[in-house]
Amino acid sequence: MLSSDKVDDELEMTMVCHRPEGLEQLEAQTNFNKRELQVLYRGFKNECPSGVVNEETFKHIYAQFFPHGDASTYAHYLFNAFDSAHNGSIKFEDFVMGLSILLRGSVREKLQWTFNLYDINRDGYINKEEMTEIVRAIYDMMGKYTYPALRGDVPQQHVEAFFQKMDRNKDGVVTLEEFILACQEDENMMRSLQLFENVI
Amino acid sequence: MAAGVATWLPFARAAAVGWLPLAKKSMPKPPVDKKSRNDEILFVNVSGLRFQTWKNTLDRYPDTLLGSSEKEFFYNEDTQEYFFDRDPEMFRHILNFYRTGKLHYPRHECIQAFDEELAFYGIVPEIIGDCCMEEYRDRKKENQERLAEDTEAEMATDIPLPPDSTSRERLWRAFENPHTSTMALVFYYVTGFFIAVSVIANVVETVPCRPPKGSVKDLPCGEKYSLAFFCMDTACVLIFTFEYLMRLFAAPSRCKFMRSVMSVIDVVAIMPYYIGLVMPENEDVSGAFVTLRVFRVFRIFKFSRHSQGLRILGYTLKSCASELGFLLFSLTMAIIIFATVMYYAEKGTKGTNFTSIPASFWYTIVTMTTLGYGDMVPNTIAGKIFGSICSLSGVLVIALPVPVIVSNFSRIYHQNQRADKMRAQQKVRLARIRLAKKGTTNAFLQYKEDGGLQDRDSDSTALCVKNRSSFEHQHHHLLHCLEKTTNHEFTDELTYSEVCMTESVGYRTSRSTSLSSQQGLSSSCCPRRPKRRAIRLANSTVSVSRGSVQELDMLHVQKVAHQRLSVCASSRSSLNARSEDLKLNCDDRDFTAAIISIPTPPANTPDESLPPSPAVPGILRNSRSGSFTHETVKISSL
Repeated sequence: MLSSDKVDDELEMTMVCHRPEGLEQLEAQTNFNKRELQVLYRGFKNECPSGVVNEETFKHIYAQFFPHGDASTYAHYLFNAFDSAHNGSIKFEDFVMGLSILLRGSVREKLQWTFNLYDINRDGYINKEEMTEIVRAIYDMMGKYTYPALRGDVPQQHVEAFFQKMDRNKDGVVTLEEFILACQEDENMMRSLQLFENVI
Repeated sequence: MAAGVATWLPFARAAAVGWLPLAKKSMPKPPVDKKSRNDEILFVNVSGLRFQTWKNTLDRYPDTLLGSSEKEFFYNEDTQEYFFDRDPEMFRHILNFYRTGKLHYPRHECIQAFDEELAFYGIVPEIIGDCCMEEYRDRKKENQERLAEDTEAEMATDIPLPPDSTSRERLWRAFENPHTSTMALVFYYVTGFFIAVSVIANVVETVPCRPPKGSVKDLPCGEKYSLAFFCMDTACVLIFTFEYLMRLFAAPSRCKFMRSVMSVIDVVAIMPYYIGLVMPENEDVSGAFVTLRVFRVFRIFKFSRHSQGLRILGYTLKSCASELGFLLFSLTMAIIIFATVMYYAEKGTKGTNFTSIPASFWYTIVTMTTLGYGDMVPNTIAGKIFGSICSLSGVLVIALPVPVIVSNFSRIYHQNQRADKMRAQQKVRLARIRLAKKGTTNAFLQYKEDGGLQDRDSDSTALCVKNRSSFEHQHHHLLHCLEKTTNHEFTDELTYSEVCMTESVGYRTSRSTSLSSQQGLSSSCCPRRPKRRAIRLANSTVSVSRGSVQELDMLHVQKVAHQRLSVCASSRSSLNARSEDLKLNCDDRDFTAAIISIPTPPANTPDESLPPSPAVPGILRNSRSGSFTHETVKISSL
């Protein structure tokens, strides 16, 4: 699995070998303590000795978790969400910042991160096309063999339901504030948000 | 799953926060990881050599000894370390596998020792990285071949023939392995002797003997002592015919035997004699008869049964056919070109030998193979120039492929011996890798079937669910979250196609109302899983009718009377052994009754819906027999 990655990484190593900022700085910038950062970095460094993850590697890794379906589209959006500098690679700092928000951030931060994930073109609004893309990507991960069987318009219905819930002023787009408000009213979601706190 | 993937799992799970706004249902509870999450360094002592590694490193491969709880058996409380009484040199490679994800084969180690170590630590050899895989496989095959030869040699002398083998089997065995019995050996040598005699007779009968008294011309011996030679020939042919018929009788598969090369050679060896007997002494056909006698020389090929070397030669020629064919083809091209050129160059000369292009072929061949008989020589200057070019190119054209063919012989010979074995191993290797991949996809489905997804307290989780590693727990939780987000479930291909079939059946018979009502009713009183099982049951027997599905329906809804319950309860005891198939939240009693009802309808012609009430007591009566419930359990486990 890692053979092609090693080749890429070797090429990158001659050009780029990224070292993260110091441990203290990262500890200050994120909500992790030193031990957790150490564990995270050891795993990260083991997988990517060059210190960066490019999109291909990321897609490959993410696809391992969803062998039933095709995770590449969603992995692409996820990669963009983590790659805050938008330079096509995730460094350890990006990785750890993203994790810090998702696992230890406040509710508002998490929702903001999610909003950024959905807002593909980063214009501050989520419109129906972007949402359809995301939902389709998620359904692609389920694969073909599902129960009940996936009919063609299920993602569309899902998007409609989403907009029904989120778009308060019915102007066809969802802004950050609408999104946060609607999510905070959804108790199920608030409860679920707590579940992921002890992932590390 | 590969090593590093475990490192990324927390990241993937964290990213699941992105699904939350879309999820139609709330997310399931994550698995509780009771173990301390602090990473610690483990000490592993292998025969005195101490290794240290992070616990996480070993946890990457939970299905090996070091990654699972099996290593606890080797834990030494006094020294606080894991002690293994194994080879420390090999352990280095094993540990590197955990660290880097690649297993390397050390070339200086014995292949069997390495295999044993791998087996001990629970690592499948298929994981060996590509860099070392060739070496590993070659060594392993060599080893296996050597072992196989040894065992074959042992077996050949040992003769453990089953005592109940027929005489036919024994005869075949005697033919194939002449060393098994004295009779076979005698027969083997006798036939060999007669083959030699026959061939020598064929050769000698053409030698000119002293002419009989009164004649000047030298006669070939065959004609002088024609009777003697004829008797010898008859004897040989009789022996060969007898041998052939015996082999034909003893062969386990006569058609296959008759098609084999050796039997064809046998037939060709004895046919000329019989044809000669049958044919009348006629001037016209005697020419053809003489031609037939040429085929007697093929008896020499019968020696290939006696000689391993001949067999190998024939086999390698066969396998080298493409190279030989290429050589022939290029030679033919060159011959045609040069023959044409020589013909036109020598056309003008008076009394030339180059009378036509085909006649020039002979010159070209003789020149290109550097034989140079000299029976045809060019006279014109142009002819001589082209002739010299022809001989030079002949050297090249012939000299080049020949070493290639010669080296091919040895390479192909060894390769072909191993090619079949390698193909078989490749299939096995691919199958194992596919199985491992399927294992991960099926693991989640299996996990669901084992009821791991139900939000229960830890007390009531089944044993099989508990034994999963924390990695698997978390991975399955992630997949479960995805299911909740999309409100669809993962299934396998079989169920998916069955469900499609059900739905198409429903639409075809336009009695979709009953199916949907069944769905509706089932979803009201039971979670989805038993309904899926019910549909699976419905489709498991082809002739199951809509009526039987309706019957299920009825039984679900109707309150089961107490006397039926008691029968079900008694049958449930046998079903409890397979209780993991029936882990349900809903009323097991209804479902049990439903299972029992299924097998009976297929016996009848199932177009009409069976009236439920008279059928039910009949069904329950049948259910008392233990074997019948066993059968129902089998069907339900589909």
